[in-house]
Amino acid sequence: MSNRATNLLVPIVSVVLGLIVGAIIMLVSGYSPIEGYAALWNGIFGDLYTIGETLRQITPYLLAGLAVAFAFRSGLFNIGVEGQLIVGWFAAAYVGVAVELPKIIHLPLAILAAAVAGALWGFVPGLLKAKFRVHEVIVTIMMNYIALHVTNALIRTVSEGGDRTERIFASASLRSEFLENLTEFSRLHLGLLLALIMVGVMWFILEKTTLGFELKAVGFNQHASEYAGMNVNKNIIMAMVISGAFAGLAGAMEALGTFEYVSSKGGFTGIGFDGIAVALLGMNTPLGVIFGATLFGSLKYGALNMPNAAGIPIEIVEIVIAVIIFFVASGYIIRLLLLRAAGKKKEAK
Amino acid sequence: MEYVIEMLNIRKEFGNFVANDNITLQLEKGEIHALLGENGAGKSTLMNVLFGLYQPEGGEIRVRGKKVDISNPNVANDLGIGMVHQHFMLVENFSVTENIILGSEPTKMGVTNKKDAAQKVAKLSEQYGLNVDPYAIIEDISVGMQQRVEILKTLYRGAEILIFDEPTASLTPQEITELIQIMKRLIAEGKSIILITHKLKEIMDVSDRVTVIRKGQGIGTVTTSETNPNDLAALMVGRQVTFKTEKGPAYPTEEILSVKDLVVEDYRGIAKVKNLNLTVRKGEIVGIAGIDGNGQSELIEAITGLRKVKSGKVWIHGKDVTGMKPRKVTESGVGHIPQDRHKHGLVLDFPIGHNIALQTYYTAPISKSGIMDYNKITEKAQQIIKDFDVRTQGPHEPARALSGGNQQKAIIGREVDRNPDLLIAALPTRGLDVGAIEFIHSRLIEQRDNGKAVLLISFELDEVMNVSDRIAVIHDGEIVDVVIPEETTEQQLGLLMAGHADKDKKGGKHRVE
Repeated sequence: MSNRATNLLVPIVSVVLGLIVGAIIMLVSGYSPIEGYAALWNGIFGDLYTIGETLRQITPYLLAGLAVAFAFRSGLFNIGVEGQLIVGWFAAAYVGVAVELPKIIHLPLAILAAAVAGALWGFVPGLLKAKFRVHEVIVTIMMNYIALHVTNALIRTVSEGGDRTERIFASASLRSEFLENLTEFSRLHLGLLLALIMVGVMWFILEKTTLGFELKAVGFNQHASEYAGMNVNKNIIMAMVISGAFAGLAGAMEALGTFEYVSSKGGFTGIGFDGIAVALLGMNTPLGVIFGATLFGSLKYGALNMPNAAGIPIEIVEIVIAVIIFFVASGYIIRLLLLRAAGKKKEAK
Repeated sequence: MEYVIEMLNIRKEFGNFVANDNITLQLEKGEIHALLGENGAGKSTLMNVLFGLYQPEGGEIRVRGKKVDISNPNVANDLGIGMVHQHFMLVENFSVTENIILGSEPTKMGVTNKKDAAQKVAKLSEQYGLNVDPYAIIEDISVGMQQRVEILKTLYRGAEILIFDEPTASLTPQEITELIQIMKRLIAEGKSIILITHKLKEIMDVSDRVTVIRKGQGIGTVTTSETNPNDLAALMVGRQVTFKTEKGPAYPTEEILSVKDLVVEDYRGIAKVKNLNLTVRKGEIVGIAGIDGNGQSELIEAITGLRKVKSGKVWIHGKDVTGMKPRKVTESGVGHIPQDRHKHGLVLDFPIGHNIALQTYYTAPISKSGIMDYNKITEKAQQIIKDFDVRTQGPHEPARALSGGNQQKAIIGREVDRNPDLLIAALPTRGLDVGAIEFIHSRLIEQRDNGKAVLLISFELDEVMNVSDRIAVIHDGEIVDVVIPEETTEQQLGLLMAGHADKDKKGGKHRVE
């Protein structure tokens, strides 16, 4: 079997296997897999509204995936995307409600605020890693908790005791009448465009800039990078700052697009953590992140329809979705099995 | 004649590339059979075929006269074939015994039974004179000892045929002598050995017969006692090889590198370089001779800015570079062929082209206002690949895929091509074959003849004696003497390196300052 055929076949076989196992789980639990998958399908592609909502769901996953992937390529494990996203969310919403400005200034300012807040949240673990060799995983996990509770406190202050801010001014909103009309008034917003541009930005930084060359070199081999005169510490901080900025933008998607406000949270959004899986599914490449985010976003959003339309409890639905993603992530095993099957066939000849 | 292993007309292809073409190797019981070839000639491929890691496209393998199909390493193990790898496969923080039983742990009621295993290891160690402590932790023992653990691992699993892959590459001369004794002991106990190497001296010392391969082709098998190093080298390379490096007299002029009272500490705060003084002038090669671990690495790292200087000064071209960042030192006109090419010299996961650009990637024409022009990298890489005879499929091949010698040639190309005033070459020929060594030595001498300064660090006396114009002997972090190669002998150097400085000796007048 040619390499190319294998590359194409692996994701298809993975998804099919995931669907089969998911079906078995539904069957064993006493629900109809056909109804279940029909509900999932309709939940993703059912009509223009659901397609719009699915795309909206994909948007923050794209940016969270980019954030994780970018850090990975520089040899860093950014578990803090969740926290960076939360501070980005708050910063964008705050700028959105605090002032009213012409749209051409207000919207970019709010987006920038989110990126800067996320970057700052990434800067701290980057600095600690560079200067004191504190492992970034520990610091980023702790920064997640700090982000969650600090923003909750700030939301209370800003809303004078309430648990959510006012709605942002329209001048800071990413919503677009055109997209809403196109998708039967879904919440699809211009953030999707921004996220796709960021995919290009990540590709450009890594593949076209001198900074990207250094980041990748440091990611692969710090000793050789130091020997070649690169400033390893500066690159570590840079990588975390850029990664944090991507994560902050993911927060801006929620603040300026989906919700148009920020409310205090009882727990994490999960988008940042799912970003890790998105990045890994996409093998940490910009194009791969699009694939990972699409898979994640579609399944997560489509699954919401399964309890309503097919009467399957949400717990079973979540297991089924997890199984499908699990199989896609196990692509390596499937590749191995395919190659072995191909090898047997060759021997039989 | 009884053959324990016969590899007949083996052919192995990788795509369009033929790595082994019609190679025959027959191992007699109780002999040490050397497999000789240049870096990348196909020695490792052939052995990986024997060990079941690759399947050959043609030919057959017989073990003790019976045709076998070695489909994976477990089959090889069961047939009594054991491999002592060049890069040891040991878990650093496990004990010797734990490493040996790894993968086939003996158990007693579900609990690993290390005690019995340790006794068995101790017994084997004694039988073959290996002197290994079964309870020692791997990271605490020397490289030579670690290799013996690898040997024990194969013996523990009942190997009758041992493959040694470049076993002396990382050993000290003392350890090499001991290894040769161990190999002879193994033979005396009825084992058979295949020795993969490109070091002719070892072959002459230890082997019974030699099979030579060149560029994937089997050249033939000769009996060691009926040949000599010159003929073997010619068979291996395909042309006559000169062992004595040809070079004219040196005409040194002004000082390029000057090191004064340098003190460098290791991470524990123990001084490894102690008040060291050294000068290297334009148009000369200064060799630093010494036993591994006497401060050579720390000295180089301090000069090149990779390690902190405790006290003392380093000047290049009269400019004080003490404590400067590596890039500043590099830009002061220093080229550095690092001691460890995998750790410092290369980003193994990068294409070889990127690696060739590793010191110039941030300068025009490759980088302009922060944007890379990868076409320029490819052009540069193609030029260096051609000029320095780097055998690779092209600039886009990952550095990891190149053989050691070709990786080294790429590094040397990168450093020499920048035409640095001072070229620091740390163990530039470690693990390379005679052809590559000859090439690298002539490049170093060429730099000297072009009026550049060269600082050579080597653990090999031959190399220091042949290439250097002056030899600075380092012992315990100090330069104990500076001698002229023509006026000294290996014995004298050996004594100096061991710390027996003879102050009355005539060579003393060449001390720096």
